Amino acid sequence: MTTLINPEAPVGAPLGKSSRPRDALFAGISRGSGIVVLIVMGAIGVFLLWKALPALSANTASFLTTSPWFPDDAQPKFGIAALAFGTLLSSVIAMVIAVPVGIGVALYTAHYAPRRFAPTLGYIVDLLAAVPSIIFGLWGLQILMPNSIGLWRWLDDHFGFIPLFSNEQNIYTRSIALAAVVLAIMILPTVSAISREVFAQVPPGHIEAALALGATRWETMRTAVFPFARPGMVSAAMLGLGRALGETIAVALILSATFKINWQVTEPGGNTFAANIALKWNEAGTIGLGALIASGLVLYIITFAVNMAARLVVERRRDFSGAN
Amino acid sequence: MAILDRTISDDDLHNLLSQRKLPRWTTLATSATAIAGSALLSFFSPVSGVAGTAVFAFLLFIVLQTGLSFAVEGKRYAIDRLATTLLLSALTAALVPLVSILLTVLIRGLNAFNASFLTSTMRNVSPRRPGGGILHALIGTLEQVTIAAAIGVPLGILAAVYLVEYGNRSRLARAISFFVDVMTGIPSIVAGLFVYTGFILTLGLQRSGLAAGIALSILMIPVVVRSTEEMLRLVPRDLREASYALGVPKYRTILRVVIPSASTGIITGAMLAVARVTGETAPLLLTTFLTQSINTNPFNGPQASLPIYVWDQIGSGTPASIDRAWAGALTLILLVMILNLSARLIARASRVK
Repeated sequence: MTTLINPEAPVGAPLGKSSRPRDALFAGISRGSGIVVLIVMGAIGVFLLWKALPALSANTASFLTTSPWFPDDAQPKFGIAALAFGTLLSSVIAMVIAVPVGIGVALYTAHYAPRRFAPTLGYIVDLLAAVPSIIFGLWGLQILMPNSIGLWRWLDDHFGFIPLFSNEQNIYTRSIALAAVVLAIMILPTVSAISREVFAQVPPGHIEAALALGATRWETMRTAVFPFARPGMVSAAMLGLGRALGETIAVALILSATFKINWQVTEPGGNTFAANIALKWNEAGTIGLGALIASGLVLYIITFAVNMAARLVVERRRDFSGAN
Repeated sequence: MAILDRTISDDDLHNLLSQRKLPRWTTLATSATAIAGSALLSFFSPVSGVAGTAVFAFLLFIVLQTGLSFAVEGKRYAIDRLATTLLLSALTAALVPLVSILLTVLIRGLNAFNASFLTSTMRNVSPRRPGGGILHALIGTLEQVTIAAAIGVPLGILAAVYLVEYGNRSRLARAISFFVDVMTGIPSIVAGLFVYTGFILTLGLQRSGLAAGIALSILMIPVVVRSTEEMLRLVPRDLREASYALGVPKYRTILRVVIPSASTGIITGAMLAVARVTGETAPLLLTTFLTQSINTNPFNGPQASLPIYVWDQIGSGTPASIDRAWAGALTLILLVMILNLSARLIARASRVK
């Protein structure tokens, strides 16, 4: 029997080329909507660059290596060094906290929790993702900050010999460390949801084979689950990083903005790209706005690259893995 | 050994295989010992306070349990127990902040949350005085989110239709699919900057509810595309072919057969996307900011919104305004949770059994 439908054709393709004008119109509209996505992604870069250029050319200091932020002075002088430092440091600390916890939560819900509770557990952790960032900021400021002073002081007292934890001001509020903890809580659902997805995709055959060979539960995870899920875990971590890099409001509420590079993470101060834009927006003059837009462009490029890399890691596995 | 008259438990099996195993009550005994030990130590050590004692008890428990297991059951089982304990503690570590956030928002939010809070505005209300309300922000948020949905949902659904029904893994479709994923990760403040530079500076749009809605729609589109795409791929091919066999054109097949059969899933996805952008603060800060009284016209002038309201009240920093901030947070979280839960209920109610 000859097949009427070409199996290579897209799902639901009509036979032959359509000559109906309405069909062509609808196809055009939906294709156009898809293209809008590409246009927006490109337009973001173009518009930010265009509107940042006047400020960048008025800048009398090096944009990449300067820390102070005085764009509205007669001699505009601003740079992203301190912003980039604070953004990367807070996000990396957040990742160090959130990735192990998030992967642990995902592993527990996917392979340890009793089958009956697993979906509920997953849903509860996902609820964290539904909490708006302004509420994380409020909670971090009003609840976590006063309650975590003891921890930061303890770190200073006992591990102060590590430069990261020493605190010469003996003020333990509004710090990068505090912002990083809040960021960690915020990216936790991202990390755990994506890792849970890949953990659930591990072929049952691999797991059963490991168990049949007498592996303990943890050995099964190490020998059957992790090797399969590694690209997914890497990508989950990077997507979490991407989210932490761009988080604005919670960080803006918690940090007391300074434009200094300071490794002592428990001291007040620090700043990030996104928080700085939110905090300076309403007081900025023309050059000031341009400078903020320029810093936003840098943030866009960084998060774009991180997200793209994260997707490519998973994408590669999708193509070459024989498992699906 | 009574194997015949009862089912064999894991313990029995291990005993049968002459594997030495710790009895079940070990966990309880070990944790009791750890807590007692930690409490004792807290009198004369660097460890102090409730939190410190708890953390130390936890560490003591891990050491005791792993040590015991190592001695009795051997290295492999000791590691297995250690891993299970660590995974459970990761789960606890994730749940503690969630519970704390939800509880504090509820408890502190109720201080200022009442009927008059929902029905009055901040017009002529001094930041220092209690009173005032959130009506203007509620109106703003609802309008802005509606605009965002009106732009983002159709665009997202159509883009997904292209990917599933027309794209056929062409280069364009693969590029769109890839950049939809990347777009999910755009920081929300960048969406605000884009609307500011592209629409407000370049096209001369005002700072308004409309500008905010456009910014929010950019954050919605990737979420809608992904969820719709997933749902459309679940529609059986037979349905489409049956429709073609009846001579129905492709566009009508999509509109009348494919989308309706995936509609509940699509609605769920759209509502989750709406819930996601309802709490966004950063883009609104740049595109509409704030007023203290009602502005029902999203096309003209600044408009308040729930997240910016909370931001503003935190900024005022007086006890009365912090109370209002928590009450605003409670309103916001209720709105988001209602959207979220009803989306999931729709999904559950319509699941094929």
